[in-house]
Amino acid sequence: MADRIDPADEAGVIEAVRQAVAKRTPLAVEGRGSKRAMLRPVQAGRTLSTGGLTGITLYRPEEMVLSARAGTPVAEIEAELARHNQVIPAEPPDLAALFGHAIPSTIGGMVATNLSGPRRIGPGGALRDQLLGIRMVTGHAELVRSGGRVHKNVTGLDLCKLLAGSHGTLGVLTEVTLKLAPRPEAGLTVALPVPGLAQGVAALSAGLGSPYGVSGAALLPAGWRGSGGPLAVLRLEDFARFLPRRAEALRGLLSSFGAAGLIEGDESAALWRDLRDAAPLAAAPDQAIWRISVRPSAAPDLCGRLDQAFEARLLLDWGGGLVWAAGPATAAAHQAVMAATAAAGGVFTLFRAPDPLRVAVPVLPQEAPALRGIADRVKAALDPAAVLNPGRMR
Amino acid sequence: MIALPEPDAAVLARRDTILRDLCRLVPDGPFGPGVIGDAVRLRVYETDGLSAYRQPPLAVVLPTSTEEVAAVLRYCHKEKIRVVPRGAGTSLSGGALPLADAVVIGLMRMNRILEVDFDDRLAVVEAGVTNLGITQAVAGDGFFYAPDPSSQLACMIGGNVMMNSGGAHCLKYGVTAGNLLGVTFVTIEGEVVRVGGGHLDAAGYDWLGLITGSEGQLGLVTEVTVRILRAAEGARAMLAAFRSNEVAGQVVDAIIGSGIIPVALEFMDRPAIHACEAFANAGYPLDAEAMLIIEVEGDTAEQDDLLGSLAAICNRFDPISLRVAETAEQSLAIWKGRKGAFGAVGRISPDYLCMDGTIPTGELPHVLRRIGEMSDSYGLKVANIFHAGDGNLHPLIMFDANDPDSFRKAEAFGADILKLCVEVGGCLTGEHGVGVEKRDLMSVQFTETELRQQRAVKSAFDPDWLLNSAKVFPLEGNPALAPRAHG
Repeated sequence: MADRIDPADEAGVIEAVRQAVAKRTPLAVEGRGSKRAMLRPVQAGRTLSTGGLTGITLYRPEEMVLSARAGTPVAEIEAELARHNQVIPAEPPDLAALFGHAIPSTIGGMVATNLSGPRRIGPGGALRDQLLGIRMVTGHAELVRSGGRVHKNVTGLDLCKLLAGSHGTLGVLTEVTLKLAPRPEAGLTVALPVPGLAQGVAALSAGLGSPYGVSGAALLPAGWRGSGGPLAVLRLEDFARFLPRRAEALRGLLSSFGAAGLIEGDESAALWRDLRDAAPLAAAPDQAIWRISVRPSAAPDLCGRLDQAFEARLLLDWGGGLVWAAGPATAAAHQAVMAATAAAGGVFTLFRAPDPLRVAVPVLPQEAPALRGIADRVKAALDPAAVLNPGRMR
Repeated sequence: MIALPEPDAAVLARRDTILRDLCRLVPDGPFGPGVIGDAVRLRVYETDGLSAYRQPPLAVVLPTSTEEVAAVLRYCHKEKIRVVPRGAGTSLSGGALPLADAVVIGLMRMNRILEVDFDDRLAVVEAGVTNLGITQAVAGDGFFYAPDPSSQLACMIGGNVMMNSGGAHCLKYGVTAGNLLGVTFVTIEGEVVRVGGGHLDAAGYDWLGLITGSEGQLGLVTEVTVRILRAAEGARAMLAAFRSNEVAGQVVDAIIGSGIIPVALEFMDRPAIHACEAFANAGYPLDAEAMLIIEVEGDTAEQDDLLGSLAAICNRFDPISLRVAETAEQSLAIWKGRKGAFGAVGRISPDYLCMDGTIPTGELPHVLRRIGEMSDSYGLKVANIFHAGDGNLHPLIMFDANDPDSFRKAEAFGADILKLCVEVGGCLTGEHGVGVEKRDLMSVQFTETELRQQRAVKSAFDPDWLLNSAKVFPLEGNPALAPRAHG
């Protein structure tokens, strides 16, 4: 293992970045490294971990707000929230199994990758929409705050949004503040066998266009728990006493697509936990995984193209707007993903791949030329010496 | 008074040439001129919702396409002319206030709805479509566009994007940023870039998130793809009045703690109740110190259930009155006073400033007490309206614009309130934006290092600081206001 810096506090992070700038030695920035295999390997000899910055620093259940140091494990935060019947609404995934390890995700890493689960399609939005405030150390080795701890805040440029999903390339997050939501009292799943992806996405759209509060809408691949074809699943969450009527109404609405069954209780909860973590994708360890975001109605065609290009395993979430694809870790397969995504007007992430592939291909779509120049200047504005996660995104 | 920079004399001197050039770029159309340059008609654009500040611009252009916007920006960039973007001009923070040497780009002619897709739950609209216009276009099919600022009848989606507008229903549905999928963005160099689209979430940097709420500092937005949502089966409101702000504050905490998220949770203090009641005769309890309007969604049985639970919570706090709407009409009656609040205050005072800080909700009683003390010491009345669920406080400071001393005091009072918001852990602006109004208070919330970092990000988009100059960032440190050379 290369040189590793594990500061115990924010001052230590500032000092580590200051030295990296002074010595021109780039840093691989991570929490505990649970998503190290995402995107591209970082070109740096030293690792700066925020894993030592732990602890919830503020939790006001009655204000639905929580602040935690960046290295706090997500599971630890969720356990504390559970004691007050609250959740992080975006339903951040636990990708340890997908990446083949047992390292817990940290809240800083989750924000830096802006990953959201099935509930992303609900009114609460993505993790970045629930990010109320950040503290970060920039590539100037300076502490910069953005946002705050209140739900509505439009003061100044929104660097929270810029940092969410920036994969540690613009600043080292040291603390984040999130907006919370009550944990739904109950959830159940309306499950509808469908003949193909197109009908499946249409059924999900019908459910999401209903007034019954669908908080998850996914399409499981054929073969899941022995099913003969794809299964459209729609989740309802609210007070338990409201759910039976809504489930009946939703089944009625979907009756033109076929007869829907119900999955309830723990079985429903387990299904959505699996979906959140992309478990039904069941990718082999040597396969590549792509995460593709498209307009839902474009998903069936996109999936058809992928299927033609390689033996694709596909899992659709977000009403069809999120396509998880697994396939051979080859440049040809990646080329097919890039082409199909572009044709669908969407965006892709090479989410997981063996090193030879992820160093050789663009792991994210190339930006328009005008944005590329802006991106270079924004990067230079926050990290002029390019010491933070070089090579991670491009 | 907030200082505006000295206009660039070299630009003013070239005014005729600039007007001629702009007329070539934005020709007159069937609905009116593409360029406005005469002094009388420029007066129409001299101010926005912060009407205490007035400054006619050098010229106004009214493009009808993204290409025309790009051409004007390309020209202004080349000629180093400042640009002020404008939607409907409803900004309460002076976000669209012109500068004497600036070209105002008004987007109100770009008012077409380009696409509505119920399956993908999105609408593509031009920047000049009104906020309510989007909902009206999709309401027939049971859908709506969620953010609903008070000005939604007039304000335009382009301005909503620039200010990351909120509204009364953010508690459940979030603010503008969470309800966008994409924008067509024009850089100061006149490059047209599509950011986002029909899909959720960026791969790579979240430009859409950064642009949203950027107050015209980074570029112009000419088209917007919004998420549209299926409307709930129904909604109904209740009204609960209490003996003190403290008690009402405890009720808000108890509601949130109960796990029920009302779709709206509005708080009014005694002066606001009285002003609204005098104006709207909504039947508000005049003996109350504080009043909550609480709205829930669902089918009728669910509404009954939730309102029953909420009434039970309110009853634990010895309410002065409790009124649960039984019909949609009764619900409207409860909202009637609140919705007319700005007009109501306008009736009892010749002028008012609408402030917009956010505070941790637990700080409400303390903050209202301090505001009351300030009101006494400034000798100016104030009414407080509060989006209680999300902590967004709107004190309406009443003054007389014909009395310069009164206006000066009102501004100082407002600044003190915003400083208090920051002091208790909140922020300067929850949904109106910094604009020119709160520009000089930015250093209350941010360190110089933080401001320098934000300025550096702006410079990455707008190196010459031509875009909405003299807004958002304090004038000292604004590189555009250093002397500039002209060719």
